[in-house]
Amino acid sequence: MTEATETREREPVKAQRDGGIGWGLRTAVGLTALLLIAPTVVVIPMSFSGATTFEFPPKSWSLRWYKSFFGSEKWMYALLTSVQIGLLVAVAATILGVAVALGLTRSRFRGRGAVRQLMMAPMIMPGIVVAIAIYGVFIRWQLNGTAIGFVIAHTVLALPFVVTAVSTSLAGYDRTQDIAAATLGATAWTTFFRITVPQVLPGVLSGFAFAFVTSLDEVVVALFLQTPDIQTLPVQMYNSITLEIDPTIAAASSVMVVATTLVLLVPQLVRRERRTR
Amino acid sequence: MNPNSQEAARGIRIKGVSKLYTGTSHPAVDEVSLDIADGEFMTFLGPSGSGKTTMLSMLAGFVSVSAGSIEIDGRDVSRLKPHKRDLGVVFQQYALFPHLSVTKNVAFPLQQRKTPKAEIARRVAETLDLVHLGDYADRLPGQLSGGQQQRVALARAVVYEPRALLMDEPLGALDKRLRDQLQREIARMHRELGMTFIFVTHDQHEALTLSDRIAVFNEGRIEQVGKPADLYERPETLFVAEFLGESTGFRGTVDKAAGILRCGGHELRAPRLDPELDRCAGVAVVRPERLKLHVDDTEVHAEHNHIGATVTEIVYVGDRHQVGLRFADGTKGLASHPVGSPLPAMPGEGVTVSWDPRHQAIVRDHAGGPAAPAAVPAGA
Repeated sequence: MTEATETREREPVKAQRDGGIGWGLRTAVGLTALLLIAPTVVVIPMSFSGATTFEFPPKSWSLRWYKSFFGSEKWMYALLTSVQIGLLVAVAATILGVAVALGLTRSRFRGRGAVRQLMMAPMIMPGIVVAIAIYGVFIRWQLNGTAIGFVIAHTVLALPFVVTAVSTSLAGYDRTQDIAAATLGATAWTTFFRITVPQVLPGVLSGFAFAFVTSLDEVVVALFLQTPDIQTLPVQMYNSITLEIDPTIAAASSVMVVATTLVLLVPQLVRRERRTR
Repeated sequence: MNPNSQEAARGIRIKGVSKLYTGTSHPAVDEVSLDIADGEFMTFLGPSGSGKTTMLSMLAGFVSVSAGSIEIDGRDVSRLKPHKRDLGVVFQQYALFPHLSVTKNVAFPLQQRKTPKAEIARRVAETLDLVHLGDYADRLPGQLSGGQQQRVALARAVVYEPRALLMDEPLGALDKRLRDQLQREIARMHRELGMTFIFVTHDQHEALTLSDRIAVFNEGRIEQVGKPADLYERPETLFVAEFLGESTGFRGTVDKAAGILRCGGHELRAPRLDPELDRCAGVAVVRPERLKLHVDDTEVHAEHNHIGATVTEIVYVGDRHQVGLRFADGTKGLASHPVGSPLPAMPGEGVTVSWDPRHQAIVRDHAGGPAAPAAVPAGA
């Protein structure tokens, strides 16, 4: 009986929130979305074109550019390089990022705000400045053209995304739960794996995905660090377009769009699945 | 085993416990000693910063003890980690695990104790029935109201039959109606489980309605421990008198030999005076329902104390009138007058206030020393 009254009281608030957004806001959202997906809308149809040059809208359709992409050793090697570097970057950035986020949200020390701001520096600094700086240092350290060089450089660029994603999920974590778990008989270890990890995991996962994607489509630093032996997919795309106008690049772009979208959707789906469970 | 262990066998014994946080000069808890009987409902009542929550945290083991010891059933637990103390704790903000269903939340402590699966299922179901949440077993905490969440927290804290249940302002985050409802549930759970409950609150009504005994905390110390009626009727300190319920205080000087409290021109009868209070500044504390209002002093009972006052306001509160009073020296007072009988005076008019001296409590004035002249009513 009382339960019923409790739920009824909460309804008006909900109704208000579900009331929907006005037409002006709808238009603005629609325009922004259009602007954001416009390049994709052009590139994907173009990759299925039958013509030998860029053509939009395509007059004929074919899969020849996908055959050309997946059939080329050069392209496949670049794709493999990108995925390998991307995964290593994602792992490294996630480990470091989780540590940083834990430190920033769970301890109080002098200069905490400054550290937080510094962590965001790679996002704010112009890409070219970062690239030149890394290039200069890596030449001295002989890291140019090495896989480890790529991983280190991309990890630096990916770190802010992980720190942000993980900090957000840690900030929403009520630490009284840890104390509660302790009184209920759980050791610190059990509490961490059964209580903390499951709640923070979506944030960590999206940090991982963001780090992977950041590395996958990073081009400026990669251009500086490349050698003929080690080229990531975006570098290969850039090099190919300076030499020849070949729609294979459209196929490569489409593959990247689909891949990054899928990677970024995973954490979202995990979160939704959790909520409905 | 010491010879006293037999009588200390059951219950919780707090022995001279202090807590001094590093970087502070005043102890948060200052040499508190208290015995809590097996199955008792004990409330720590006090304003914020009085040390009641720190005391609870030391019992639970979240906060270390600076001095003294805490014994549960004769065993010193002061140095034990929280999960080794076998206590249940309920927090103001529920502290449920949001990613686990109600059932899994309640099952958690049993899983930590490696209870067999079938028994976990049975005990979780039983406990959820106890808090009337049987139908909500598969919900996530986020899908429940605040009151329901706190009942899940209660279920989770008692399902493993801990030695005692500690509650830190468990009703603080709820609105009044839910608070009253959950208060009754907690009282019923205490009756049905027969478990020792230790309840921290700053709400005197909660303390008075729920507790077997109340420990009133102030500035890190216990001012008084007793049954709700004793604390209300016979406060031992001015703090207890003022913190628990409304009262009128008549300030004066105690004369033990004459058995009176001298308030300026008035001599208030004060039988059974504490000899320690002799010649000290004392306050006669009287509850509003003990004050009788008269048109003049002709109808005052011969044995009763009486004093003249001016009515400042009359507030109708349904079951009674609250009558605000001002005495000649400016002291404010409060009397409650039954709705059925006619009011002897209107605001601005004079009345005579009387009470049976057995219904007053004489406590030491805050200053404690000899009477301060300014505090003495100038008579009427």
